[in-house]
Amino acid sequence: MNEVAKRKICVAVTGLNAIDSPGPGIAVIRGILDCTAWDVKIIGLSYESLEPGIYMHDIVTKTYQIPYPSAGSEALYNRLIQIHEQEQIDVIIPNFDAELQNFIKISKDLKKEGIGTFLPSLAQLEARDKVNLYNFGKQHNLLVPADRIIYKAEDLKSVIEQFDFPIVVKGKYYEAVVAYTLEQAQKAFHKLQAKWGLPIIVQQFINGTEINIAALGDGKGNTISAVPMRKLYITDKGKAWAGITLEDQSLIDLAQHFISATKWSGGFELEIMRTTDNKPYIMEINPRFPAWIYLTTGAGQNQPAALVKMALGEEVKPYTTYEVGKIFIRYSWDLITNIEEFQKISAFGEL
Amino acid sequence: MKLKKNIATSESGFVFNPSSGDSFSLNTIGAEILLQMKESKSSEEIKKDILNRYDVDKSLLEKDWDDFMSQLRDNNLLEF
Repeated sequence: MNEVAKRKICVAVTGLNAIDSPGPGIAVIRGILDCTAWDVKIIGLSYESLEPGIYMHDIVTKTYQIPYPSAGSEALYNRLIQIHEQEQIDVIIPNFDAELQNFIKISKDLKKEGIGTFLPSLAQLEARDKVNLYNFGKQHNLLVPADRIIYKAEDLKSVIEQFDFPIVVKGKYYEAVVAYTLEQAQKAFHKLQAKWGLPIIVQQFINGTEINIAALGDGKGNTISAVPMRKLYITDKGKAWAGITLEDQSLIDLAQHFISATKWSGGFELEIMRTTDNKPYIMEINPRFPAWIYLTTGAGQNQPAALVKMALGEEVKPYTTYEVGKIFIRYSWDLITNIEEFQKISAFGEL
Repeated sequence: MKLKKNIATSESGFVFNPSSGDSFSLNTIGAEILLQMKESKSSEEIKKDILNRYDVDKSLLEKDWDDFMSQLRDNNLLEF
């Protein structure tokens, strides 16, 4: 019997920083490569020369540097078209919060060039932003801790009249610090302001069990996949270094409620704090796949591959089951490379 | 006292709660009790079986039983 030739596709992925606080890129790539529907070539898109994925030639065929998000959407578009001329990209999956806005802005233009994406709209992106999360929760009947958005460290004094300690001080894009005193809160404010800019979000502290849900919406209100995970081992940066899939219909219902209410398009992660009286507070909504997304593939719901299919315009049926008790354990690995490789990506922006 | 339906147990004494992700290790007698609870045996049946097979005083068994059940309840493994 002759084997039917598989469709060749080229998928470009960002977030190759497989470091201690990893970007999701490598996990997304592993999911895509596990899917046997295509013959896939992976193109890496990097910002810095030491992103480990650049050097993982067994899974990333070639990597190109792209401009930082601060350079704007036009610079990004021009660079992507330049890369597209070399590689004929079919799908791009951006994996950083900070770059999403630019990618969403140019997604229609990319489509005209034959490059598919599967991203939320700008309105969806902004609605779930940390700055708008509380109102978003109220609007959609979702439990979200009370918060205050502040622009000056002095405002912390009025915040602590409203909330009891501890409080959670959060950066605009990333990082959160639990502060037990005003001094700690002020220190966290200045640190997060210097790193991520303003505003700073101060959130009511919720005590409970941390649970995350990785999910994928089809943009029409349907849930293609939702897999809840409890962190089993947490790094000092609060990242999961090990986790386990859970069986809990109320968590799946929560993801489905979010997707049907927002008609979310693409991957996302709900960060949940489940209190002892079983209330699921949404602490954050990340508008892209999490770094642990390969666990969904391991548990039987290959979210990265499903997203690629939808970006290619194929119909994807919702997953209905996954394996409960599936565990991921992250590990670090020293990859050996040569100075010539580092030189190429640093000097020419390609490797 | 009923064990939650979805609690996974093994003969080696490993217990997994798929709703919370918690896992526990039990000693031999704890594992035996849980396996019998999984088979929907009543508390009285299980206690009778233990008294028949082990050299244990009935009042001590009752005390240890209550203590074990309260641990199972605290760890969310029992039906309310």
